[in-house]
Amino acid sequence: MIRFDNVSKVYARGHRPALDQVSVEVERGEFVFLVGASGSGKSTFLRLVHREERPTSGGVFVAGRDLSRISSWKVPQLRRQIGVVFQDFRLLGNKNVFDNVAIAMQVIGKPRHQVMSAVPETIEMVGLAGKEKRMPNELSGGEQQRVAIARAFVNRPAIILADEPTGNLDPTTSVGIMRLLERINRTGTTVAMATHDDEIVDQMRKRVIELVDGQVVRDQARGVYGARAEA
Amino acid sequence: MRLRFVLSQIGNGLRRNIAMAVSVVLVTFISLTFVGAAVMLQMQVDKAKDDWYDRVEVNVFLCPGGEPTQACPAGEVTEEQIAEIQSILESEALSDYVQNVYLESKSEAWASFQERFGDQEWAQRITEDQMQYSFRVKLVDPEQYQLIYDELSGRPGVQQVIDQRSILEPLFLVLNRATLISVGLAVLMTVTAVLLITTTIRLSAMSRRRETEIMRLVGASNFFIQLPFMLEGALAALTGAVLAVGGLWLGVHYIVEDWLAESVRFMPFVNTADVFTIAPVLVAIGIGLAVISSLVTLSRYTKV
Ligand SMILES: Nc1ncnc2c1ncn2[C@@H]1O[C@H](COP(=O)(O)OP(=O)(O)OP(=O)(O)O)[C@@H](O)[C@H]1O
Ligand SMILES: [Mg+2]
Repeated sequence: MIRFDNVSKVYARGHRPALDQVSVEVERGEFVFLVGASGSGKSTFLRLVHREERPTSGGVFVAGRDLSRISSWKVPQLRRQIGVVFQDFRLLGNKNVFDNVAIAMQVIGKPRHQVMSAVPETIEMVGLAGKEKRMPNELSGGEQQRVAIARAFVNRPAIILADEPTGNLDPTTSVGIMRLLERINRTGTTVAMATHDDEIVDQMRKRVIELVDGQVVRDQARGVYGARAEA
Repeated sequence: MRLRFVLSQIGNGLRRNIAMAVSVVLVTFISLTFVGAAVMLQMQVDKAKDDWYDRVEVNVFLCPGGEPTQACPAGEVTEEQIAEIQSILESEALSDYVQNVYLESKSEAWASFQERFGDQEWAQRITEDQMQYSFRVKLVDPEQYQLIYDELSGRPGVQQVIDQRSILEPLFLVLNRATLISVGLAVLMTVTAVLLITTTIRLSAMSRRRETEIMRLVGASNFFIQLPFMLEGALAALTGAVLAVGGLWLGVHYIVEDWLAESVRFMPFVNTADVFTIAPVLVAIGIGLAVISSLVTLSRYTKV
């Protein structure tokens, strides 16, 4: 589903690369954690998959497409197959829960009847049934992140990219969010999540890819957060 | 769903930025009014010229009786001189340029003189004998006046050769100057309009950056992201253009049709039908300005 072939990313000429010769393959339906210190390149990895950035060298393949070969006007098509979730939720403060989720369908031209059925269904799935009319500032952090996940998932994408989705949440709320992502993963959606949260990684026992200074130093099935230190 | 979404985006955008939208409307209104005025003035010049040049003749005034003057040292023109001048005008050499030659006799001149000024006391004292003979020469091309002038002026019996075109020259001069001023103002105001539309769209795009960013993230196409901004600009410009057409209509209707055309009857004037002829051009210019400024601005602010 996602394949990196010797990918390097240098943001500014002369600086050390944010990603350095990374080769990784993530299968359809997998759940992977990206871990590593701040600045190790986790967000860069996710942005390359979403084609917000382009690699300096190497090949990025997503959902069977070579991202170096698709023209920029086809990038939106690619993004429709990928849902993204961020640490800061990125909701629209002037739109209610329903509209925040619906926007993902409206802007790609989904017909009204589909929006009217898929949006409430997804809001219910993330556990916010009955809160459709609430504004984001009337929700807790965990609830806001659920709205963001609903928006990312409402088009049933093949891939969900989550960049520290629990970074602003307390441990209990984080567990709820992880349950939700796990549920989404069980529907066959590939999930790639960057995180600093060792408890979560250790609990979930999913595949862990660890980056240090842009290089993959560990790629472990059913891994834990700090295995390298233990090893 | 998409249309409804775009419309609500536009509504939000305009509401949030109402002062800017109004200023775009006003500035396009003013700039297009000047563009329209310039076009109308040129139409007026063309219309008047067409009509006038169709009618103008060269007048060759022949020496009148009475005291000898510098042009007519020998007093009144003689029959032989008249015949000679006529033969020159009707000669083979001039036949390509002269369409028609008419000799106006003293009595005809007196009749038309009395018709024009007969109700005034001073005119009634003029006798037929004080009038003078003249040739009315209609040219194929009124611009060829110089030819007749060179041929006839200074010839014995000829008092003066007058090009009727010169009578309206000052008017055309004024109209052409007015056109130049309108074009100048139109250019200035159009530049202002472009700058203002650009600024407005940039502010609008920045104030909705979060929204456009989310739209990009969920896979909206560039066109779809830019469409509301473009339509906002186009809508404001369209309103300005419609106002400009309305303003021109009012001006032409009340100033030209109701007043000028009533009081100055020897010349045709532009009318409100002409305003509607140029209306689509004004609307197209307005929308074109808005769309081009938005494309240029947006390509920088809403990149994928
Ligand atoms: N847009 C950018 N321009 C220049 N350098 C950047 C840019 N984004 C990231 N970097 C650099 O690339 C390196 C990797 O950054 P990245 O954001 O991928 O790290 P990260 O692992 O996500 O860190 P964190 O855990 O703090 O989010 C860092 O050194 C960072 O300074
Ligand atoms: Mg990061």
